[in-house]
Amino acid sequence: MKFTEEHEWLRVEGDEIVVGITNHAAEQLGDVVFVELPDEGITVSKDDEVVVIESVKAASDILAPIDGEITEVNSALTDTPSMVNDDPQGEAWFFKMKASDPSQMDDFMDEAAYQKFIG
Amino acid sequence: MTELKRTPLYDLHMAQGAKMVPFAGYEMPVQYPMGVMKEHLQTREAAGLFDVSHMGQVLLSGASWDAVAKAFEALVPQDVLGLEDGRQRYGFFTNEEGGIEDDLMFARRGQDLFVVVNAACKEADIDRMRAALEPGVTITELGDRALLALQGPAAEDVMAGLDPRAGDMRFMDLRELELGGIAVWASRSGYTGEDGWEISVPGDEATRLAELLLASSEVAPIGLGARDSLRLEAGLCLYGNDIDAETDPVAAALTWAIQKARRPGGARAGGFPGAEAVFQALEHGPDRKRVGLLPDGRAPMRAGTPVFDRQEGGDPVGIVTSGSFGPTVGGPVAMGYVDAEHHETGTRLWGEVRGKRLPLTVAKLPFVAANFKR
Repeated sequence: MKFTEEHEWLRVEGDEIVVGITNHAAEQLGDVVFVELPDEGITVSKDDEVVVIESVKAASDILAPIDGEITEVNSALTDTPSMVNDDPQGEAWFFKMKASDPSQMDDFMDEAAYQKFIG
Repeated sequence: MTELKRTPLYDLHMAQGAKMVPFAGYEMPVQYPMGVMKEHLQTREAAGLFDVSHMGQVLLSGASWDAVAKAFEALVPQDVLGLEDGRQRYGFFTNEEGGIEDDLMFARRGQDLFVVVNAACKEADIDRMRAALEPGVTITELGDRALLALQGPAAEDVMAGLDPRAGDMRFMDLRELELGGIAVWASRSGYTGEDGWEISVPGDEATRLAELLLASSEVAPIGLGARDSLRLEAGLCLYGNDIDAETDPVAAALTWAIQKARRPGGARAGGFPGAEAVFQALEHGPDRKRVGLLPDGRAPMRAGTPVFDRQEGGDPVGIVTSGSFGPTVGGPVAMGYVDAEHHETGTRLWGEVRGKRLPLTVAKLPFVAANFKR
C-alpha cells in the first residue's frame, strides 16, 4: 500500500489501483454523512476533485492521486457513508482507476514514511 | 493574537479526551472521543453535559425589581416587568434599525435580573448595558461563575436524584438548588430542544459538579459540534449565522418572543431601540423570513448556500444560514432566509451546492419536536 500527503491510500490490484482515505484522515473528518462519487469511465488528471465527502462538521474533497481513468466506484458508500469511519482502509475504498503513467506511483510514501508524515 | 481563554473545566475536558478548538476567544471542546453523531444522539436519548462557561453571566440590581425591569426594557422588546420571581424568558437586544445585536436569556432572581448572553457579544453587551443603565442599575459580570448545561430526557432523574426540588421545576423556572453540597442557580432550560437545566455554579466548584453529573451512567460530555446540530434540529438561532444586526425579529420569525405589553397598544408599547422599525415590520410582514429548509437528498446544504425558485437560471430568492446533517432526522437539515413570496411551508425550492441545484422543501421549524416540561 502507498500513501499520499493528501491522506489517501493506493493499493495495486492487477492493472487497477484502488483508492481510499487513511484511518488518520477518517478520524480527522469525524462522522461521514454524505459521499458523492465520480462517474465510472471518466478520465481524470492528478489533483482533480473526484469525490466529495461531508462529515457532520464540513465538506472536503478527495483528489485524483494520479492521471488515469476511473474504472469502478464503491457505490455502497453512497447508501452507507458511515462505512468510511468503520473501515477506511478496507471495505470503504472509494474508486478504482487505471493509471495512464504508472511511474506516478513512485512518488508516494510507504506505510512507515506515512506514519512519520502524520507524526 | 490574544491568548485564548480557558473555562474552569479545561483540565476535565482534556482528561475526557476532548478535541479543543478556538471559539469566541475561548479554547472549547468541539467533540469528545464519542464523536459528534453519537454525542448528538446521546443527548436526545439519555443526557449530555455541556460546558457553556464561555457565555456571559451578568447580574443587574437596583433600588427595586420594578426599577431594574423597567430600565432593562429600554434595551429589549420583551416584557421584563411582568416576569414573576424565579421565571426566565428568551429575549434580544435591538439596535436603532430594529436589528438584533444579540440574543439572550434573562431571569428574575428576587429583586435582581440574571442575564446570560453569547460569548462573542458579551463585552459589547456589557458596554451597552453600562452605557444605558448606569448608575441607576448596577451591572456585575459574574466572571467567577461557570455555566454547565445538562440536557436530555434523563436529565430530570439525574437532577432530582441530587436535589428533589429540581423535579418540581417547570420549563423556564430558575431556582437555587444544592447539588452534592454545591449551591447553584439552575434554570430548567437550554438550547437543544430537550428538557434540561442550565446550571450557574461558582467556578472553583464547577469541576466537582461536572464530575458529579458525569458519574451517572446516563450522562456523557458533549462538545460544541453536537450542540450546533442539536440546536439546528430544534430550530434555534445561532447568533451571527441566523440572526445578526441586519436581521429584525419579524424576519427572524422571533415575534413570539415579543410579548403583548411591548407591542402596539400594549401597556408599555415600544420604548426599545428600533421600536418603530420593528412595529412597521410587524404590520406589513417581513420582506424575507427565516424558515426551515429540508433538502430532498443526502447532501448537506451549508451556511451560504444560495436558494433559487427554479432549477436553472434566475436570481437567488434566499440563502441558507445554518445547514448540516441532522443525526436525529437522519438526513440533512437547514434553515435560512427566503423572500416573502416563497416562504410558505411546502414550497419547492433549490439550493445550489457545488454548482448543482438540488431540490429542497420549505419546512416548519423545529425539525425535531421540543421535549420541554411545561
